[in-house]
Amino acid sequence: MASAAEIAKRAERENIRGRWLLSAPALVIIFIAAIGPLFVMLAYSFMTKGDYGDVKPVFSLDGWFSVFFQRDIFDDTLSIADAHLSIIWRSVRLSVITTLATLALGFPTAYFIATRPRHTREMWVFLVTIPFWTNLLIRTFAMQQVIRNEGVLNTGLRALGIIDQPLQIMYTDWAILFGMVYVYLPLMVLPLYASMEKLDFRLVEAGYDLYASRLAVLRRIIIPLVKPGIVAGSILVFIPSLGAYVIPRVLGGGKNLMLGNLIELQFGSGRNWPLGAALSITLMAVVMLALMVYVRNAARSGAGHG
Amino acid sequence: MARWGTRRFDIRVQPGFGTIALFTFALLYLPIVTLVVYAFNGSDSLSSWGGFSLRWFADAARNGAVQDAALRSFIVAVLAAGIATVAATMAAIATTRTAPYRGLGFKYAFINQPLMVPEIVTAVALLIVFSRVKVWTGYSGLGYLVLAHTAFCIPFAYLPIRARLEGMDSSLERAAADLYATPWMAFRRVTLPLLRPGIIAGFMLAFVISLDDVVITEFVKSGGQDTLPTYMLGQIRRAVTPEINAIATAFLALSVLLVTVFFFINRRKA
Repeated sequence: MASAAEIAKRAERENIRGRWLLSAPALVIIFIAAIGPLFVMLAYSFMTKGDYGDVKPVFSLDGWFSVFFQRDIFDDTLSIADAHLSIIWRSVRLSVITTLATLALGFPTAYFIATRPRHTREMWVFLVTIPFWTNLLIRTFAMQQVIRNEGVLNTGLRALGIIDQPLQIMYTDWAILFGMVYVYLPLMVLPLYASMEKLDFRLVEAGYDLYASRLAVLRRIIIPLVKPGIVAGSILVFIPSLGAYVIPRVLGGGKNLMLGNLIELQFGSGRNWPLGAALSITLMAVVMLALMVYVRNAARSGAGHG
Repeated sequence: MARWGTRRFDIRVQPGFGTIALFTFALLYLPIVTLVVYAFNGSDSLSSWGGFSLRWFADAARNGAVQDAALRSFIVAVLAAGIATVAATMAAIATTRTAPYRGLGFKYAFINQPLMVPEIVTAVALLIVFSRVKVWTGYSGLGYLVLAHTAFCIPFAYLPIRARLEGMDSSLERAAADLYATPWMAFRRVTLPLLRPGIIAGFMLAFVISLDDVVITEFVKSGGQDTLPTYMLGQIRRAVTPEINAIATAFLALSVLLVTVFFFINRRKA
């Protein structure tokens, strides 16, 4: 005879087995078409490049090596791979500027929404949500129509007499920057709003009672209270900016590449799959690092608020 | 002046914030409005305005390549969102309303993984694997696109379904079991109807996400398998005519419609 405890234990085991079976389809699909291929790519980064793309199954560190260094084709001397490093540096720089610019625009916007009367807030949030769910390519294309030489911006500035020659924005870093700020702005506003909505204005009032100026209240009370939203928004903007591919491809010129385009190049005309794989893993590592910072920060602020 | 002097000091106001906010909303909508306006441009090019016209919509609708791409987008999105919704519903049932068990955290991480890796990285990893599989099997149909889309749709379908399940009381299912319902009957007659709003929201999110995808599709598709977004990406790099605006506008209208419906479904639930 099995005891009651044993029966309960068996039921529990069966319950858990059932739960694994139920989640199996989702786990298997994600393994086949998302996680598994990343491991294959990791393996590819340690192989020898093939003559016409693809790889030869021979171990080599050349892929990783050429992320940072290049070998001179004539005398075999080594030098730092300026081209790669400058593209990586441009990606990081543009992503940081995009994050700061979306924060500068998004913070006041989220605050504005959070201080509207309750019944109109939903409408303002909806207005931010619509661009968020609009196809990224369409939004990039829409930005192109604003900043191109005969676009709305140049036509407007010329009509106002501010400029007489159109500003060449397309195919420059500025175009990529405008595109990324525009496309990722909702990703900053939404988490910021989520934390500002919970802001306790009695604390703000207490600040004014103690003769704080508006700026002091903003710096010493509001910003520290909504810090989790600032961190979440910054991470949500920074990560896709760093991996941007469509925006620089459409708005940037041939020379104005970002990391995503450099990766594509290795799988296209560059025909250097191990290098492309190594670059991809580098990008993924940076993103994981940013996410870890975020999770640690979220855990700490969660613990602080109980 | 006296009237202003007596106005109460508003603690919520920060100077300049309202102006920046209105500027932000203008910035969010100016490009979209421009795009839509030019879709109705009767002129041959984007540089001049030739009066209101629907000719570019007619041109786009007659364009065989556009019809093909639109149909392909739709088929892939329906299949991927459908499969993803079923898989996500099962996974959501398996990961909610339970005491923590070993592997639960692992499952969360696994299911949300597609959200955490940059799209371009997943795209080239899939290119590496699928290009091999295409050679080995000789099959190069839509299956690869459907599979790749299903994978990144699962986390989006999972979110609203899990949220709905977590707010549901399991006492109704227990009552059904007490009344001798088989587990399947209890699921069909009790759980599923209660879960329906979450499932619909999950399917719609997944559908929009699949429809919008450019990067992964661009790297996974075989020759002649353009979806609407990859077709547009190819066209934007060539000479741009208002026809692209017309396609984009139609696409936009569909997205806005879906988001609006989604918004109202979610609001009614809350």
